Amino acid sequence: MIKKFDKKDEESGSGSNPFQHLEKSAVLQEARIFNETPINPRRCLHILTKIIYLLNQGEHFGTMEATEAFFAMTRLFQSNDQTLRRMCYLTIKEMANISEDVIIVTSSLTKDMTGKEDVYRGPAIRALCRITDTTMLQAIERYMKQAIVDKVPSVSSSALVSSLHMVKMSYDVVKRWVNEAQEAASSDNIMVQYHALGLLYHLRKNDRLAVSKMLNKFTKSGLKSPFAYCMLIRIASKLTMEALHDSPLFDFIESCLRNKHEMVVYEAASAIVHMPNCTARELAPAVSVLQLFCSSPKAALRYAAVRTLNKVAMKHPSAVTACNLDLENLITDSNRSIATLAITTLLKTGSESSVDRLMKQISSFVSEISDEFKVVVVQAISALCQKYPRKHSVMMNFLSNMLRDDGGFEYKRAIVDCIISIIEENPESKETGLAHLCEFIEDCEHTVLATKILHLLGKEGPRTPSPSKYIRFIFNRVVLESEAVRAAAVSALAKFGAQNDDLLPSVLVLMQRCMMDSDDEVRDRATFYMNVLQQKQKALNAAYIFNGLSVSVPGLEKSLHQYTLEPTEKPFDMKSVPLANTPITEQKTEFAPVATSKLPEKPGPTRQDIYQEQLAAIPEFQGLGSLFKTSEAVQLTEAETEYVVRCVKHTFARHMVFQFDCTNTLNDQLLQKVMVQMEPSEAYEVLHYVPAANLPYSQPGSCYSLVKLPEDDPTAVSCTFSCTLKYLVKDCDPNTGEPDDDGYDDEYVLEDLEVTVADHIQKVLKPNFAAAWDEVGDDFEKEETFALASVRTLDEAVGNIISFLGMQPCERSDKVPENKNSHILFLAGVFRGGHDVLVRSRLALADGVTMQVTVRSSDETVVDIILASVG
Amino acid sequence: MTAQTCPRQHQRTTMEIASLEPSLYTVKAVFILDNDGNRLLSKYYDTELYPSMKEQKNFEKNVFNKTHKADNEIAFVEGMTIVYKCSIDLFFYVVGSAQENELMLMAVLNCLFESLSQILRKDVERRCLLDNIDGVFLVVDEIIDGGVILESDPQQVIQKVNYRLDGSEQAYGFDLFDYIIGNIDGQTDRRQCA
Repeated sequence: MIKKFDKKDEESGSGSNPFQHLEKSAVLQEARIFNETPINPRRCLHILTKIIYLLNQGEHFGTMEATEAFFAMTRLFQSNDQTLRRMCYLTIKEMANISEDVIIVTSSLTKDMTGKEDVYRGPAIRALCRITDTTMLQAIERYMKQAIVDKVPSVSSSALVSSLHMVKMSYDVVKRWVNEAQEAASSDNIMVQYHALGLLYHLRKNDRLAVSKMLNKFTKSGLKSPFAYCMLIRIASKLTMEALHDSPLFDFIESCLRNKHEMVVYEAASAIVHMPNCTARELAPAVSVLQLFCSSPKAALRYAAVRTLNKVAMKHPSAVTACNLDLENLITDSNRSIATLAITTLLKTGSESSVDRLMKQISSFVSEISDEFKVVVVQAISALCQKYPRKHSVMMNFLSNMLRDDGGFEYKRAIVDCIISIIEENPESKETGLAHLCEFIEDCEHTVLATKILHLLGKEGPRTPSPSKYIRFIFNRVVLESEAVRAAAVSALAKFGAQNDDLLPSVLVLMQRCMMDSDDEVRDRATFYMNVLQQKQKALNAAYIFNGLSVSVPGLEKSLHQYTLEPTEKPFDMKSVPLANTPITEQKTEFAPVATSKLPEKPGPTRQDIYQEQLAAIPEFQGLGSLFKTSEAVQLTEAETEYVVRCVKHTFARHMVFQFDCTNTLNDQLLQKVMVQMEPSEAYEVLHYVPAANLPYSQPGSCYSLVKLPEDDPTAVSCTFSCTLKYLVKDCDPNTGEPDDDGYDDEYVLEDLEVTVADHIQKVLKPNFAAAWDEVGDDFEKEETFALASVRTLDEAVGNIISFLGMQPCERSDKVPENKNSHILFLAGVFRGGHDVLVRSRLALADGVTMQVTVRSSDETVVDIILASVG
Repeated sequence: MTAQTCPRQHQRTTMEIASLEPSLYTVKAVFILDNDGNRLLSKYYDTELYPSMKEQKNFEKNVFNKTHKADNEIAFVEGMTIVYKCSIDLFFYVVGSAQENELMLMAVLNCLFESLSQILRKDVERRCLLDNIDGVFLVVDEIIDGGVILESDPQQVIQKVNYRLDGSEQAYGFDLFDYIIGNIDGQTDRRQCA
């Protein structure tokens, strides 16, 4: 038994660890001496230390043994040894979740918390709050209130921080201590100030007005704690983000740039940089303090500064140009993270001539940096390619070298994405890019990347001058790779066959070979494509090879399931399946490394699928069919009014459901029976209102209106509704939320709600527009010419048309090349009811913009509707 | 029937900087490793970050591998900002989110290191740390509570912990007094740890 780590151990060298061979069972055995009288503080302390050490190493304690040790430990409260007592508190906290009945120490802790020994009081409060639940909390509430305003800083801080931890569990109880926290906030102690501010903010954060009052008070009175200043800056920057421009708050943040603490200065600079819509003038002071930090001897400060400058450079490269010299000095920083960030920032701000030099510098140590930073480098290169398209050959070379190096999935994916975006930006780089990617998939361990590249090859390869050279790379995959990759390769092959008549015979031979694959998915695809290709019909190729299904997959699953449940003679109607509301895969126009990272890990249900579920649960909306389209939310009130209402429009085959998401921002009112009354301007008929039963303060609720679309006049696609919010008001106590018994009816006028043609059309991506155009055919083609007098540029015209019709631009035609005075925009969509609509719009720029619109659809009415609404 | 792949990215591996929700929860984790990367002490305050012991130890290993070669003060690993410091055969780490103010994390790290070097009488090395690990636990407990910075001034921490170095009979306060007035001789009769 090791009583104490005596000196003999030391002789065995400093490398030995006195805890190395601890056995849990032996330690628990030793813990029995806790029960001996008198208590030997020293020995008990060592045993307690061993227990905590074991817990910290991840040793698992069973509930029984933990409870036994815990109960033995409670006896040690009889000793007055300070360190021993402190270790008891730690044990309580560590074991709070493992042992049972930890609440038996409540009275001992309460005694210490209110006792005379100041050293015990703070830690006792923290331990006590760790084991307390909501009901017990009310019993110690009185002590907590006293502790918060205690004159001993450690006691007050401990109480405030513990209260903060308990907000999650017992918001209602802690909320009552707001006055005490307020008092603590004016304490002289800097940590107490900071903790009080944090607690106050957490209690009030849903009440914008209270937060801004609090902010106002503290920014005026001035705080001493730099931490508290950082917190204030964060609150202020959050408020300025919510309410676009609030200049006193911005002035406060800016004034913090002159604070004497670097921490505060940096926080303020970073807050300014992260503000959306910040002007160059507002950025300038923040950038200049960051510039100073670049030459700091502290690595953390240099890192923080250059990382923030890197961020600025993404949006405002010119603002950072002034720091170029300082950044140059950081290129050789021994901290490679700093060096990488400095180089990538320079790549964004520097001139075209410096690119080669910087790329050379970075390739000298690219192997030394971690994957996270390699991704940053790739992102910088990607941005650079957009800025200097002429440099793409240098970049492409560099990227292909990086692609050959070792690296994780994220890194490789960033490179592949970057190459793909270069290909899309610069048609002349397409062949080199595809060649690099082909080489990459020859030896690529990431299935996702291989399938992605194969998909791209299928899309782009057939349209290159010599498509035949890609066939070999694709077919190699069929021979060598896993099932998923083989299947993707088969799909890519089919596209070559469909588009290049001279390759078709060879592709058919290869397909034949794939039909003998060991995997059924691969065989199925090969057989399917084989049969389609043999028909040699353009329309079939377009529908089944180039432009796949555009339905939402969960929606299809649900519809099919429904179909199997109801035996019927009718064939399954594909048009009844909701469409995927975000078109899948076509590469985004802008390579947006930052935006994509926000996507969740798994492809969860889309927003529309969620709404579909929610609406299906409401009995009034049964039998409407599947949800066709859900619009973006429209605000029907100003941002800072008593009631905030926004509307989401759900379109069904013959009906529309308007969902009103309402929030009550008055803490002294409870609203009941809330509904939005709608007065249509056209022949739309309001069938039903579904009110929200209760709308308490700050808890959002939804009410719905069901509207029938006019059947006899299908061309009436637009309508204006005047809306009024109607409800029963009950006044209530702002603190408890307890409402009065009586209420009165009231109403509140909202802004008008518009239904437009875009609400009837769902976006659908046709990866190969020409094929889709032929597939629909010219049975119902109509053409008209319009003059858009008020529009000055082609970009603007394209943007207007897209947002007006709510259709999906295809073939990247939403991007107007520079210095052109004519452009063709391709749009695709599906009209309510399931008719494909395609729009080809030729634009010419003269004085205004002249637009010739050609519409094709499988239904004549739809063509008329589109043309009528454009005109 | 086309090969459709949606770009999905693991959130932690990007350097994206989103706006920060104002909060006192600054520190995600603290740990002390020896020069073989073994854990001597570690605390994780965000239960969602590395919930299992295995994930924690993997993370520590990854951090150690990326930091032990050069004393660079700051690193970015698995989407977390990490500030660190080494002393003889010990590595001290403070972990915060990618958006966290790096200087706040540095303040925590400095406070931890200063407090420990005072408690251990500047003898910040593995053996001495282990011999006084109870004091180290208490120091960490006084600096961070559940991820909130409780105290950042080493003198305050020392005072609150009031820890006696193993073997010395007197309360630390006296040593502190000696230390401040530079009376190093006053310590000679007390046991120094190896």
